[in-house]
Amino acid sequence: MENGKVERKDELESILQNFARLANGLIPAFHAIQNSYGYIPKERLPEIARAFNLSQADVYGVLTFYHDFRLEPVGRHVVSVCRAEACQANGSAAVIDHLRRKLGVDFGKTTADGEVTLLPTYCFGNCACGPSVAVDGKLYGRMSAQRLERILRGMGASA
Amino acid sequence: MKVYVPRDFSACALGADEVARAIEREAKRRGIALDVVRNGSRGLYWLEPLVEVERNGERVAYGPVAEEGVEGLFDAEFLEGKEHPVRLGNPEEIPYLRRQKRLVFRRIGKNDPLSLDQYRKEGGFAGLARALTLSPQQIVEEVTKSGLRGRGGAGFPTGIKWKTTLQAVDDQKYIVCNADEGDSGTFSDRMVIEGDPFLLIEGMIIAGLAVGATEGYVYLRSEYPLARQIFEEALERARAGGYLGKDILGSGKSFVLNLFVGAGAYVCGEETSLLESLEGKRGMIRPRPPLPAIHGLWQKPTVVNNVITLASVPVILADGAEAYARLGVGRSKGTLPVQLSGNLRNPGLVEVPFGVTLEELLFEYGGGTASGRPLKAIQIGGPLGPYLPPSLFHVTLDYEELAKVRGIVGHGGIVAFDDTVNLGEMARYAMEFCAEESCGKCTPCRIGSTRGMELMDRILSGKKSPGSIELLVDLCDVMINASLCGLGGMTPFPVLSGLRHFPEDFGYAKEEVEPLLQKM
Ligand SMILES: Cc1cc2nc3c(=O)[nH]c(=O)nc-3n(C[C@H](O)[C@H](O)[C@H](O)COP(=O)(O)O)c2cc1C
Ligand code: SF4
Ligand code: FES
Ligand code: FES
Repeated sequence: MENGKVERKDELESILQNFARLANGLIPAFHAIQNSYGYIPKERLPEIARAFNLSQADVYGVLTFYHDFRLEPVGRHVVSVCRAEACQANGSAAVIDHLRRKLGVDFGKTTADGEVTLLPTYCFGNCACGPSVAVDGKLYGRMSAQRLERILRGMGASA
Repeated sequence: MKVYVPRDFSACALGADEVARAIEREAKRRGIALDVVRNGSRGLYWLEPLVEVERNGERVAYGPVAEEGVEGLFDAEFLEGKEHPVRLGNPEEIPYLRRQKRLVFRRIGKNDPLSLDQYRKEGGFAGLARALTLSPQQIVEEVTKSGLRGRGGAGFPTGIKWKTTLQAVDDQKYIVCNADEGDSGTFSDRMVIEGDPFLLIEGMIIAGLAVGATEGYVYLRSEYPLARQIFEEALERARAGGYLGKDILGSGKSFVLNLFVGAGAYVCGEETSLLESLEGKRGMIRPRPPLPAIHGLWQKPTVVNNVITLASVPVILADGAEAYARLGVGRSKGTLPVQLSGNLRNPGLVEVPFGVTLEELLFEYGGGTASGRPLKAIQIGGPLGPYLPPSLFHVTLDYEELAKVRGIVGHGGIVAFDDTVNLGEMARYAMEFCAEESCGKCTPCRIGSTRGMELMDRILSGKKSPGSIELLVDLCDVMINASLCGLGGMTPFPVLSGLRHFPEDFGYAKEEVEPLLQKM
């Protein structure tokens, strides 16, 4: 076992204990780990591989196949914007332009102060009420640049 | 006194939770005793949050309601059904809803979707009860006779798929529900899972009885957290109620059902990629044959069906195959829950028999564009579906009729665009989406989509560089013919349809592109 971060190790260990029993437990385990840690800690991959009886390459391969999983921590707030067609038809471009300009980052990046991470999403199933933006997991419909700015300010985010 | 406020992902995105809390708060403040029931959405999305009051068994709807408007509703005595600028009267009499033919959606939006009692009261489990009196062959026969075709995209006859799995001999078979709903512009799967989860569970139990499968999975996309929450609760209640697990309702039959949450990959909606993912692996497309119906999950015979396909089954069993097959036209039987979205005044869920025209859907239901500008194009059948111009809006919703104009039914999504859209840019977006989501297994899709993006950039820069359109068409040709799955194979549809119907958006005249498109 590796050194340090004792309390963290327990959490990840219990997740592995829960899911490694399942033949298809790796993806649920990644979800659970990311839920607790905010990302998948790279240095723990050997342990995860061992628990599932897989090679590290296999585990890494699964992890990187899916858009949901991250190997790096995100900012204090996560803003996910729908880039798909129905939201485009309702003017999502203006919302996206505004966000990129205000935050000064592109999709997949976190602002320099570590406040906000901007992520793309391809449809929330909210297509009848777009443009769609999720802030820290809460979905908002009929979004405009102004409303988004109010929401971000309300969260104390630097937008 | 009951007040209904939808607990639906979109309604909540428009503040339904806040409205529900405000109603409870305000009632308390005024000393009024009332129950706030969280129903599903009726799918009249421009009216959400849609609040309904029930008095003497009659409903009166108000919408859209904002949190800030709740006090005013109380002041106007909405609990007595009184006048108010957002009063809509009896929701079932709203023409948008009244004119539909709701079979799959017959219950959705009316009551608490998590009440087993309510589900039974409204005809739930009648299909299962009948299925339990039939042999597997008889159930499959009934589904075959109904003419039901898969609603996930390919439109494959469900009865034939089931028959293949029924005839496969194995100690274990599976039912897998495809709830990946990756197509942009679609949300009917989400609405069923959030608004009538027992219907899907019932459909899957029946499928299990039909093919001899005792275990099932629902593969739900991770972008639907509310659906996940509701479905987990529904599973627990169905187990407690004796509908899942061993010895269903004392019949001696078993069916175990599990939920599996995906991780953000469009390609995992393709059934073989989904099965790989469900086994815990990268979602790489499997070559076929073998068919999943024979070698599916863990190589066992597996029925993979879309949510709406499975949710149609209880209706077919309860009402009979003939009643279902009587609806629709040609080889497109029954109803389709159409999802209207994009730039429309009245976006929402419209379940109608096949055979309506696109015109009717877009204007009589959809109400034309929300912006008030001319409707320039629709994309039908998801992100891999073509863009169609108004000159084709007379075409009917029908697998074969749409195919004649290179259209697809897909999962029933229709996205409308006004005249500010540029189809060249949408073509570029289609290529970008494909590049982003490609599983990487084959070259035409993996490399082709990136090349396609570069080509579109060149074309859109306005400098008619010689040969770029020819290259684009050739590239599409290769992608269509040499890709292993529909992602690479269908991405050319939005691209070529844009070029065919809106060449000016690519900087070309009709005469310039027509000869090139002839072979396609
Ligand atoms: C790239 C791609 C994505 C797909 N995504 C979905 C999806 O999200 N949901 C779905 O039900 N079917 C999807 N399909 C279709 C499935 O492969 C399969 O045909 C379907 O699940 C079969 O169920 P059905 O017969 O009930 O339609 C997709 C197909 C392709 C090629
Ligand atoms: S067409 Fe694209 S998504 Fe489909 S198998 Fe090939 S690379 Fe994968
Ligand atoms: S297209 Fe944006 S939510 Fe569906
Ligand atoms: S691997 Fe070469 S075309 Fe698919």
